[in-house]
Amino acid sequence: MSGATGGTTRDVVAVVDYGMGNLRSAAKAMEKVAPDAKVVISADPDFIRRADRVIFPGQGAMPDCMREMTASGLREAVLEAAANKPFLGICVGMQMLFDWSAEGDTPGLGIFKGKVQRFGRDMHAADGSRLKVPHMGWNEVHHDRAHPLWKGVPDDDRYYFVHSFYPQPENSQESVGSADYGVHFTCAVARDNIFGVQFHPEKSHFAGLTLFSNFASWNP
Amino acid sequence: MLAKRIIPCLDVTAGRVVKGINFVGLRDAGDPVEIARKYNDQGADELTFLDITASSDQRDLILGIIESVAAQVFIPLTVGGGVRKVEDVRRLLNAGADKISINTSAVQNPQLVFEASNKHGAQCIVVAIDAKQTSPGKWEVFTHGGRNATGLDAIEWARKVEQLGAGEILLTSMDRDGTKSGFDLGLTRGVSDAVGIPVIASGGVGSLEDLADGVTKGHADAVLAASIFHYGEFTVRQAKECMARRGIEVRL
Repeated sequence: MSGATGGTTRDVVAVVDYGMGNLRSAAKAMEKVAPDAKVVISADPDFIRRADRVIFPGQGAMPDCMREMTASGLREAVLEAAANKPFLGICVGMQMLFDWSAEGDTPGLGIFKGKVQRFGRDMHAADGSRLKVPHMGWNEVHHDRAHPLWKGVPDDDRYYFVHSFYPQPENSQESVGSADYGVHFTCAVARDNIFGVQFHPEKSHFAGLTLFSNFASWNP
Repeated sequence: MLAKRIIPCLDVTAGRVVKGINFVGLRDAGDPVEIARKYNDQGADELTFLDITASSDQRDLILGIIESVAAQVFIPLTVGGGVRKVEDVRRLLNAGADKISINTSAVQNPQLVFEASNKHGAQCIVVAIDAKQTSPGKWEVFTHGGRNATGLDAIEWARKVEQLGAGEILLTSMDRDGTKSGFDLGLTRGVSDAVGIPVIASGGVGSLEDLADGVTKGHADAVLAASIFHYGEFTVRQAKECMARRGIEVRL
């Protein structure tokens, strides 16, 4: 595998568990690329505050995810982590960083300015074939900007997507990756210590593991 | 551009991956992690595990398989077979499955599809439809591994499960399954054109051209096959190269 070799030996990586979906795959992918790191799936706000790096996954519907975030008491800890340590948001975890989502008319955490919108219900490819939603499968990710987390991943390499909603950052500088599916949409956002992806690096084989490896050694 | 997917399907019984046709002559196919890794190395886009365990008390054994595969093979995993409750969905997802396929239980209890989708998201709920042709342009849904007729029209049922919250349809032609004569392209196209969610074509693949036909003529978003890969006739990579030659976007 290309990319960096991993974080420092004693790095503690928290995978935030707010009661939504499968977190194991992200944790296992991180363990695979950073065998010396301590990767812990955690619902403990204090543990998340103490962690060196934070992975913020998300699965399912955004209204449920936001509700569970608040109910679990993890909201403040996640906001603090996003303010000061290497932070990786995945899928709905990334969408939650935005102001608002059209899914259930749901306010997000407001860390990124912008909205999360749904793909159109009647989209067609250039050859006239219908584009199904969810957008499901391996699509090419274009690097809008250079970023340490893209290191070792060729531009336009494929990652695995499965989603019906996508982010629209107000500040185009924050879009670091994009893909095409009926529309040209942002699929990776970044600012300072935060990186967020719409695709699933934990399910994207080499490209995804390389991204995790880069995250493990990223010192923004 | 989004790639069309090729999905090898693995049968599991009592916690082991097996090979065999129609439950006859089942034999151990080897270590599930090794098999998954082999298909992953060949470029499989996803893997589907179908639990064919007859007795429900042994069905939990698939959880161990999914856990060990998901810890080492980082591509999407779908699991089906014997899923009856939202709790079954949750446990399979927690074991590392990305999508859960529901077949008989969706017909018996359509509310299960709705509840599972509501709780875990449409993206992880696949409804598997087994269909047999009854007259020209008409297909009926069967359950219990193809043994029980339901009276449901396959295309109508596909529309219904989309409304209930399915995120994908795994469509198997009972007529073609095991025949190696190619997908039922009329069925595949009929269902795929009727719904706005992705459709996986299954049943009848005998050649690489069959896979390509499933996409170009059947309008499938993904194609699933078992025997042509298990018995080493073709690799997933060869299948993708064939599809690419036919002008289909694939991940190579």
